[in-house]
Amino acid sequence: MSETELLLWVRGPALQIATAIFLLGIVVRIVEILMLGRKKNLAEARGSAVAGGLRTMFSRSIPDRGTLQRSMFNVVAGYVFHIGFFVVLFLFAPHILLFQDVTGVSWPALPTPVVDATAVVTMIALLAVLVHRLLNPVMRFLSRFQDYLVWLVTILPVVTGYLAFHRVDVVPPPTLIVVHILSVELLMVIFPFTKLMHAFTLFMARYYNGAIAGYKGVNS
Amino acid sequence: MSASLERGLNAFKEQIDAPVAAFFSSCVRCGLCAEACLFFTETSSPKYTPIHKLEPLRRVWKQEYTFWGRLAKSLGLSKPVTDAELTDWETLVYDSCTMCGRCSMVCPVGNDIAYMIRKMREGMAAAGHAPPDLIGATQRAVTIGSPMGVKLPALQAQIRHAEADLGFSIPVDVEGADYMLLLSSMEIMNFPEFISAIARIFKHANVSWTISSEAFEATNSGIQIGVSEIAAELVERIVTAAGKLKVKYVISPECGHAYMAVRWEGPNLIGRPYDFKVVHILELLDELREQGRLKTAGKETQRLTYHDPCQVARRGGVVQQPRNLLNMVAKDFVEMPETGTMNWCCGAGGGVSSNERADTLRLKTFNRKKKQLDAIHPDAIVSACSNCRIHLEDGLEEYGMDMPVLSLTETLAEHLAGSEQAGSKE
Repeated sequence: MSETELLLWVRGPALQIATAIFLLGIVVRIVEILMLGRKKNLAEARGSAVAGGLRTMFSRSIPDRGTLQRSMFNVVAGYVFHIGFFVVLFLFAPHILLFQDVTGVSWPALPTPVVDATAVVTMIALLAVLVHRLLNPVMRFLSRFQDYLVWLVTILPVVTGYLAFHRVDVVPPPTLIVVHILSVELLMVIFPFTKLMHAFTLFMARYYNGAIAGYKGVNS
Repeated sequence: MSASLERGLNAFKEQIDAPVAAFFSSCVRCGLCAEACLFFTETSSPKYTPIHKLEPLRRVWKQEYTFWGRLAKSLGLSKPVTDAELTDWETLVYDSCTMCGRCSMVCPVGNDIAYMIRKMREGMAAAGHAPPDLIGATQRAVTIGSPMGVKLPALQAQIRHAEADLGFSIPVDVEGADYMLLLSSMEIMNFPEFISAIARIFKHANVSWTISSEAFEATNSGIQIGVSEIAAELVERIVTAAGKLKVKYVISPECGHAYMAVRWEGPNLIGRPYDFKVVHILELLDELREQGRLKTAGKETQRLTYHDPCQVARRGGVVQQPRNLLNMVAKDFVEMPETGTMNWCCGAGGGVSSNERADTLRLKTFNRKKKQLDAIHPDAIVSACSNCRIHLEDGLEEYGMDMPVLSLTETLAEHLAGSEQAGSKE
């Protein structure tokens, strides 16, 4: 297979397979959760479960003051790498072109130098998060193989994308792009089977949490 | 697999619902829940991280209710939950968790961890891994009617004492009364003044009420240990008595978990809605205040703070009422840092106080409350849960702090307008 053929395969069939696994996997996971159902609450409500649920879906994005004080690093580093990752993924012009190719939808990009700087910040934040996971006694205690795997699979697209953009000469440019796209496909493929699912299920979790509390008249 | 382990694992399976699956699917092992839990903050021991206390339940969820977990299980690739493991987890689930739900307020992905601990205890109890003291308390609740073994004659004796002090009678088994008052064993045995206080307030506000001689116990050991059948039976006793006396309301006393049990879990345990309403005593008192039926005179001059019992505030929704009431009688009411729904647990709820094995840990974690108190230096603490109250007294003594712990209801009773003050108080 020539380099061009490889690039075409990676951008074509491989991307389609990865997308299929990604989407199907997410649907299966969500259906698995919903199918378990939950019992109707027979206690007389004091507040609205739905309002509480919707409220907590958003309000939980902001940490309470005590948590912020006690876990400042964890919260800030977490915020930075999440926002950074989304900026690089969704606001980089070439990425938007790809999304437009696939979905027909387009949106304005951030200036490339801004995205470039964001990528650097994201990589630093991800490294910091890893070091924190290794050094913090609670996080080290809780961590499993999957946590490190997911970390690696998350940082790979950022690193390879950064190298590809800057045409770092470790390998010829087309190969860098191939590796970059493959790393994204790897992320998509493992997504439904790992904690990466939280990107979707956290809204369900927050809803349930807020609904349970809201029913009792508590803002959670 | 032993029969008891199988029972336990089946109970785990039965307990897992959509919220539990959403919660486990969302955990990213960030560890923020640890910093919300006084068992972690006061020991720095990572094993007390709230989400870790659920590990066996998580594995059952994964192996039974996810496609990949089931596949791995069928290929023999997953580690089954063992009896030895549940033995290890027993102390984590019962001794080092009060189900206070503070972690549930903090988790960034929104996991209601306390909700899951409550469920996990069902499986632990079914597998024979509940603490011996809680088993004893539960047996006493079923056979005697009270986890502390308090029988009707003991209550009758306290009522007679109270009546002698009050100079009027306390209604027992009065059919057609509006309100039926429940009591916790701890109130009957340790804080009988509570009964007189209620009687005085209700007389003052002209409330039609009664105590049932058949169902006066408010607490529910079945919930603490995690045996829903028993919890349901204890709730049924209250429902039957309320039906017999044809009351419109049942009052949950100054006890956190009793309120959660009878107000929020009760109808779900027995599988049908009540035909009466349940109110916490503070809700009722605040309602009386609003209606102008509760009038007070004079104010406490000492610096008072309010300790929110977890099951009354964070897990129960009664947050503003005690503040309204306290402001009626307190000149200098000051909040602790992190109060209301974010208050720190006293460290003794959820069955921890009935579990002697947990005593050392319970007192150690009281240091969290000490830090909260040290920030504001009150003269006295007011609360609305006799279990919190006993443990607060215990903890204050342990840490050499001289600070009375007051009941909000009793404090109000002492300031009733037009009453000839508490001269008759023992």
